[in-house]
Amino acid sequence: MSDAHVSQLRQPLITEDRTYKQISEDILDTLEEKPSKGWLLGFTISAIVLTIGFFTVAYQVGTGIGTWGLNKTIGWSWDITNFVFWVGIGHAGTLISAVLLIFRQRWRTAINRAAEAMTIFAVACAGIFPLIHAGRPWLLYWVFPYPNTRGDLWVNFRSPLLWDVFAISTYLTVSLVFWYMGLLPDLASVRDRTKSVIRKTIYGILSFGWNGSNRTWHHWEVMSLVLAGLATPLVLSVHTIVSMDFATSVIPGWHTTIFPPYFVAGAIFSGFAMVLTLLIITRKVLKWEHFITLGHIEAMCKVITTTGMIVGLAYGTEFFIAWYSGNEYERYCFVNRATGPYWWAYWSMITCNVLSPQFFWFKKLRTSIPFVFFISIVVNIGMWFERFVIITTSLHRDFLPSSWAMYSPTWVEIWTFIGTFGLFFTLFFIFIRVLPGIAVAEVKSVYKFARKH
Amino acid sequence: MKKDFLLAIFDCEEKLLHSAEKARDKKVNMYDVYTPFPVHGLDDAMGIKRSILPYITFVAGAFGLTLALGFQIWTSAFDWPTIIGGKPFISIPAFIPITFELTVLFAAHTTVLSFLVINKLYPGKKPVIMHDEQTCNKFIIAIEKENANVEDLTAMFKEQGAIEVKVQNVDMNP
Repeated sequence: MSDAHVSQLRQPLITEDRTYKQISEDILDTLEEKPSKGWLLGFTISAIVLTIGFFTVAYQVGTGIGTWGLNKTIGWSWDITNFVFWVGIGHAGTLISAVLLIFRQRWRTAINRAAEAMTIFAVACAGIFPLIHAGRPWLLYWVFPYPNTRGDLWVNFRSPLLWDVFAISTYLTVSLVFWYMGLLPDLASVRDRTKSVIRKTIYGILSFGWNGSNRTWHHWEVMSLVLAGLATPLVLSVHTIVSMDFATSVIPGWHTTIFPPYFVAGAIFSGFAMVLTLLIITRKVLKWEHFITLGHIEAMCKVITTTGMIVGLAYGTEFFIAWYSGNEYERYCFVNRATGPYWWAYWSMITCNVLSPQFFWFKKLRTSIPFVFFISIVVNIGMWFERFVIITTSLHRDFLPSSWAMYSPTWVEIWTFIGTFGLFFTLFFIFIRVLPGIAVAEVKSVYKFARKH
Repeated sequence: MKKDFLLAIFDCEEKLLHSAEKARDKKVNMYDVYTPFPVHGLDDAMGIKRSILPYITFVAGAFGLTLALGFQIWTSAFDWPTIIGGKPFISIPAFIPITFELTVLFAAHTTVLSFLVINKLYPGKKPVIMHDEQTCNKFIIAIEKENANVEDLTAMFKEQGAIEVKVQNVDMNP
């Protein structure tokens, strides 16, 4: 499309001159080449970690969740922390693919595919934790309301945990079809250019007979917009409902109305950090620096700083309201967070989430790739701590001092968590090898953006 | 089934768009236009009517909403009334999250399925190929030969900058 209305002062989205054919080659040749040494190494490490994680999960399902470090006071800790951590990471993918589409942010085209893939993988990792926590995962279908032999007793529709079931399954399936519909044109592109018969057959089946007909494109664009319109409130609802797992309870530290927006901002914050972590490596290894440019990285840094400050504001508001409420349990809970036995977790959270994104005010720092990569990891560590702080510190000193307790994870919990990283990266490594990691058709459509012709 | 098409092949979207507009002005009935990415303005040039998909989305969403709300009310207040958290049997606010999720679930999946059905796309379908680079860098206007003035159109497309204009026998059921 021509962009007569775009100022020539803007930077082109794709920083090097390319023909449409070269754009296809730059992105899709990866799928045809033998995997690089770096890929093999990364994939092997991830697969080994995944395997260890798999056996750890098998062990705890076989033995029972008594293998965890939970006790009578702290009935929820690493499992739900990790669940919220992974769900949150997923949210950036939807934000990039849906919200930025609605706001016509064309720079999203270079990163939406990988970010959406990340969403799906992160939600898959998240799902593992409630699955294990169910204790008997083979009975997990009990969470769905179906006519049953238990006296027609229905599931509790007033429970946030059930809302979670519906929210997460809707989110996962809708993200999956949104992603796949976006893949169709590119899968067809792979099918049409490959010389290998096997690839032609496989991508032929996967591409659903797509041939670039404009009658199809017309419906495709309308569908993308409709799905973006649906996915935007959906992504907000998912983390809202996740936050209600806590907010609808009466535990000091959890029972607050600020949770939904606070959690959503945190989710976007951590998700963008994970997108940066993944894409900074991907663009370097696959030489996609002219697609995923410094401009993209800067834009994502700005999102991180903005959402980081929202999160910081939420931390402050929580503290203020705890004092202002006049409720001594609420007050104690927050003082205990900052100065109690888990003070180190609280201050790690503040350092990583509130202080570290402030460096991005400086252009020099937000355009320095190693520095951005470092902060992206720091932010994710911070966001993990945020969930740990909210969940564990609110529980460990409850109303009766005689039942106060401490929590530390067992090796089972630690390896389950590390194992989900194995799953996440294994899936991402496979994705980058077998599917187009950048939305080729969409990148072509913004190629002429701010380019003189 | 095979069919003869007049194909005008372009290597850039601006030329394609101008040609399609010229063809529309000549009241030519374009069978289809094939592009590697959506080209804006082409829908008007081809005279494509607005997609029906948003209406389908709305109906499916309304169905999901009704189903979710109705089902929660029926199970909680009629089939097996249970007092939970001191709430009334029909506690609408507590039913909203699931109602919203099912609205989105039905709307989104019905839209996607309708998209596939309308465009007759399904796993394993063999694509109708006009040119082997139509999903890469070629922009193609396809006009059925039987209702086209081939010489006139060829001259027009050439003038508009088509890199190739030809009549081709295309397999419509590959």
